[in-house]
Amino acid sequence: MSNHDTLNGFSGPLAQAIEFIWREAELLDHKNYAEWATLWSDSGKYIVPIDPDTEDFEANLNYAYDDARMRDLRIERLTAGYSPSAVDAAKTIRTISRFRLVEAAGDIVEVNSAQLLYAYKRGVHTPFVADLNHRIRFTDGVPSLERKVVRLINSTDSLSALGFLL
Amino acid sequence: MSTHEYRLIASSKSPEDLVQYDRVDVSLYNDPALFEAELEKIFYRTWVWVAHESEVRNSGDFKTATIGRRPVIVVRDKKGNINVLENRCRHRGATVCEKHKGNATGFTCPYHSWSYGLDGKLRALPYPDGYEGILEKSELPLTSLRVESYAGMVFASYNDEIEPLEDFLGGAKHWMDLFMKQGAGFPIKTQGEHKFSFKGNWKIQLENTTDGYHFPIVHKSFMSSVDEETSEMLSFMTDEQAVTHSLGNGHSVMVMVPEHVDLDHDDGTEQLQERFAHVTEELSKTMEPAQVRRIVRSLHGAGFNLNLFPNVAMSMSFFRVLRPVSVTETEIRHVALGMDGGPEIANRERMRIHEHFQGPFGFGSPDDAEAWDRVQRGSYAGVDAPILVNRGLNREITAENGDKVSHATDEGGMRGAYDMWKRMMSQ
Repeated sequence: MSNHDTLNGFSGPLAQAIEFIWREAELLDHKNYAEWATLWSDSGKYIVPIDPDTEDFEANLNYAYDDARMRDLRIERLTAGYSPSAVDAAKTIRTISRFRLVEAAGDIVEVNSAQLLYAYKRGVHTPFVADLNHRIRFTDGVPSLERKVVRLINSTDSLSALGFLL
Repeated sequence: MSTHEYRLIASSKSPEDLVQYDRVDVSLYNDPALFEAELEKIFYRTWVWVAHESEVRNSGDFKTATIGRRPVIVVRDKKGNINVLENRCRHRGATVCEKHKGNATGFTCPYHSWSYGLDGKLRALPYPDGYEGILEKSELPLTSLRVESYAGMVFASYNDEIEPLEDFLGGAKHWMDLFMKQGAGFPIKTQGEHKFSFKGNWKIQLENTTDGYHFPIVHKSFMSSVDEETSEMLSFMTDEQAVTHSLGNGHSVMVMVPEHVDLDHDDGTEQLQERFAHVTEELSKTMEPAQVRRIVRSLHGAGFNLNLFPNVAMSMSFFRVLRPVSVTETEIRHVALGMDGGPEIANRERMRIHEHFQGPFGFGSPDDAEAWDRVQRGSYAGVDAPILVNRGLNREITAENGDKVSHATDEGGMRGAYDMWKRMMSQ
């Protein structure tokens, strides 16, 4: 059964978005960052905020606030083999559900969801639990990521350092 | 025999045995009894950094902090004084505040509504008839610690007999003043923080801020992610002017960018970095060239890491604050800094620089954490092999002011910190 069959019953834009988000999740769990990079539009922003309430990410300190340039650098860091934390990165498995269509306007679909991610490294499982917000642009049916915001449930407390992407 | 007694007996070596000038015993990283003794003899006796003044700017502003394991509240009262109060109701001991920061008119215990003022005084309690003749409110304030500040840095101590903060800081004060010059004429303010924890002893982190030796190795991926000018700026491995001073009382400074030690000193020869061209251009619309240079040259912060024993470092453009959680766990905060009242574009650029290196998602901190995790895990092997802090002993000199000086990649700062550790643990 394909994802498409699974998503029978969801509205068109939401089903397309969910399919995209699941594909992205699998790429991240497989640490296939080269292909993950191709999901993005040039103006796309990958954001992991600290302040749970802010929408003005640029004016605040974040965990990550990556435009295309910083995303490329981050992928280079995770894959080049020089970063000890990336070379020995935790294995991850994530599930994403509780999808809600926020808006489908023009070619943009915005979706909220919940992500439960477990990282496993040296005998320790560490959960990273977050609200996700995806803004996906569909150009002639082809999706590209305009913005992804990962709001960790414990963003204002201390986190374990990580060598992978949320 | 209680667990506590057992632990104390288990650690039979004296501080003199554990710390020699060029090496330390590996049990400093993993002995629970030593950790308990460190809380009592170091964290509950000396000056511990709790806040920067900009975090509690106005009356009622507060933040919560922890000294050792003890929760405290740092709060500015109506008279403008900064108080550090134990976060513990005098009735049955519940914490009276569980927010990280905020503004309050007082603190009320959620259990029985005993309420305290910003100065810690017990103002009221409900149904007071049960206390008539047996309780005097004036005798039950939230317990206050001693508080003193220098250069906007607020320290507290549980030790009423402790020497004045300025005496404790000694030679570090000069470097604190230099550090604050990165405000480029504006006062320094905090602008957010990254918190992360690692499974290792607090002293592994204490060492790291004065460890120039690891930088090009652990941070190779960071260095390859920055522009050539920044990479060149941070290449101090063979720079003879990159030195470490052990300043006494466990404090030390490691100079990495000699030309940025005193940011007021600008001979005009330094090219402003191309990566900041958009900031330079924007500021130049309204500011004199000299002020633009001053701000842009300061974006990377001061050219050194100043380690203040035991829990705070003023590290280039941020504060690094450590909190010992257990013998094998430490929490670290990297506090971002900006210019209070300074241009927004420059303050935002400073936040982007901070995000690039610091925190659990940064390009630097996770690699540090990986190295520290390995140190902790390795400490359980080869218990007879000491931890070496002897690098640069062959070139360490004593300056006229008493500072011990060696290269920035040497371990003189660690030797100074462990000497202070030994002094305090021998009390």
